[in-house]
Amino acid sequence: MNPIKIIVCAKQVPDPEAPANLVEIDSDTKMVKIKGLPPGINSYDQNAIEAALKIKEKTGAKVTVVSVGSKLSQSILRKALAVGVDDLVLVDDSDFKDLDSRSTADVLSKAIEKIGEYDLVFTGRQASDWDSGQTGLILGEMLGIPIVNLVGGVTIEDRSVSVKRMIPGGYERVKGDMPVLLTISNEVGEMRVPSLRTVLESRKRPIEVWQSDDLKIDTQELNPFEILALTSPPNMERECSFIEGDSPEERGENLAMTLKKAFLKNN
Amino acid sequence: MSKKSNKDVWIYGEVTDGELDVKTLELLTMGKKLAIDLDEELAIVLMGDNLDPVAQDLAGFGPDKIYKVESPLLNRFNGEIWVDVLEKLFKELKPRVFLASQSFVGIEVAPRLAFRLDCEIITDCIDLKIDPDDGSLIKTKAIYGGNVVATFKQKGATQMATVREKANKLAERGAELGKIIDIKPDIDESIVKIQSLEVVREDVVALNKADVIISGGRGIGGIEGFEELATLVPLFKESFANVIIGASRPAIDSGWISSNRQIGLTGEMVAPDFYIAVGISGAIQHIAGMSKSKTVVAINKDEDSNIFNLADYGVVGDYREILPAFKKKWGGV
Repeated sequence: MNPIKIIVCAKQVPDPEAPANLVEIDSDTKMVKIKGLPPGINSYDQNAIEAALKIKEKTGAKVTVVSVGSKLSQSILRKALAVGVDDLVLVDDSDFKDLDSRSTADVLSKAIEKIGEYDLVFTGRQASDWDSGQTGLILGEMLGIPIVNLVGGVTIEDRSVSVKRMIPGGYERVKGDMPVLLTISNEVGEMRVPSLRTVLESRKRPIEVWQSDDLKIDTQELNPFEILALTSPPNMERECSFIEGDSPEERGENLAMTLKKAFLKNN
Repeated sequence: MSKKSNKDVWIYGEVTDGELDVKTLELLTMGKKLAIDLDEELAIVLMGDNLDPVAQDLAGFGPDKIYKVESPLLNRFNGEIWVDVLEKLFKELKPRVFLASQSFVGIEVAPRLAFRLDCEIITDCIDLKIDPDDGSLIKTKAIYGGNVVATFKQKGATQMATVREKANKLAERGAELGKIIDIKPDIDESIVKIQSLEVVREDVVALNKADVIISGGRGIGGIEGFEELATLVPLFKESFANVIIGASRPAIDSGWISSNRQIGLTGEMVAPDFYIAVGISGAIQHIAGMSKSKTVVAINKDEDSNIFNLADYGVVGDYREILPAFKKKWGGV
């Protein structure tokens, strides 16, 4: 039997934990810049890579990671190779900056067409920059394959896929034939940590780098998000009164007294 | 196809196991405001089986119409069927605006539906308004984890958005009753390629109904930490009806507690009277879900933790030492 072919779509995003003072808003160009922190692979996409690697371990599947963007960092995306991904495809073009979900899905679908055969397509459930949660769903619609959203676990039995789909208050077990697109949630577990050896090895591995021409994409047809305005959020910070006390125990006691008073006031 | 332009504001009414999701009442408030601004009607779309009780109840909350889409085949959510049924309904009735909650159903159905209708959509909006010039929807959402607020305008005959929980007040019951319109959908079961094998319900955690939430994060250190937090529940129950244990994403990812307790951007959005954050650093992902709490108490070893910037009361130290003294004192105050 041929190995199962898995394509994982992974996005390079700015550090999602960047504190507000490192986030620079340019209201004129309507761009956001994160100063001084390196980008990374979107955390749900890391979960998606991990889900694929678990299947690879059990079935010998072949895993390809594809990333679409502008100014992609090879050293960051090569981490996928270091953790056990077989092939890395970067679709990097200056016209791919801040594409909306549909245009991103459009480029991904053409990249997937060029990669060729696949049985499973994974995306993260959403990305930490725009938090849209649309690209995977639209990609599934474009490819014309069934979609399972919010996946917390995947197992393969023969040629069918058994999926743990997260639902409010629990989960649902669903089953379908390949090909299928799954949007992966954090419940599948964090991406494994590469060893120093595999990191070094990954730097020498060949990768594919494509531009819009390679995919016969007319960049005039692509759309960035249509932004009217970018602003800073209202300040959510509060004035924190720190509970005093020489020892943790004393502070615990003082907290009890302070809260009792606050409760009485509120009720 | 008729040239008639699209009309009316539709909201998706979410029904789970025969019960209306409270988020729908928030959506109603937003939908009503938009309908008034457009001087058009507000309709609720309900999908499911045996919807009469919910429809009759909802009719009193201010909609002009309720489209009650009923079939035994709609007894449990299935993305393929839902999108197919709505696509047909939209092509026939052509709403101008469509809103769904940023919920399990909304986050899957709305983007797929938008794609099929060749419309665009912004998900997880915190505010919406009508552009008086052209009647389109101006959509506001938080991006970059809440560090930036963006407003968008998009193409599409139906202007679409999903709306974040707790961004609107609950709608109130009025004197007038909306008209209930029965729709019997034509469902082709052969489009279902994904079969449901079983549904496993873990304990039902009504985080959005809590008066007090005691939450643990990475700093809680393990399952034992959550056991310690659970010992606080009876203390607070003396003063509050609903006291519930919550968690931030790192605690869920570490497997210390089930994911139905997650508070944050991809978990529940909560606004209890008291929010007690223990061993939580205050990552943006978490803050998005709890910053509307009335009073926030934070306990953390690291005095520079961001959570203290979001707290009304802060205690610096190890919760393992603080909480036993807290409990002892509480009984005697």
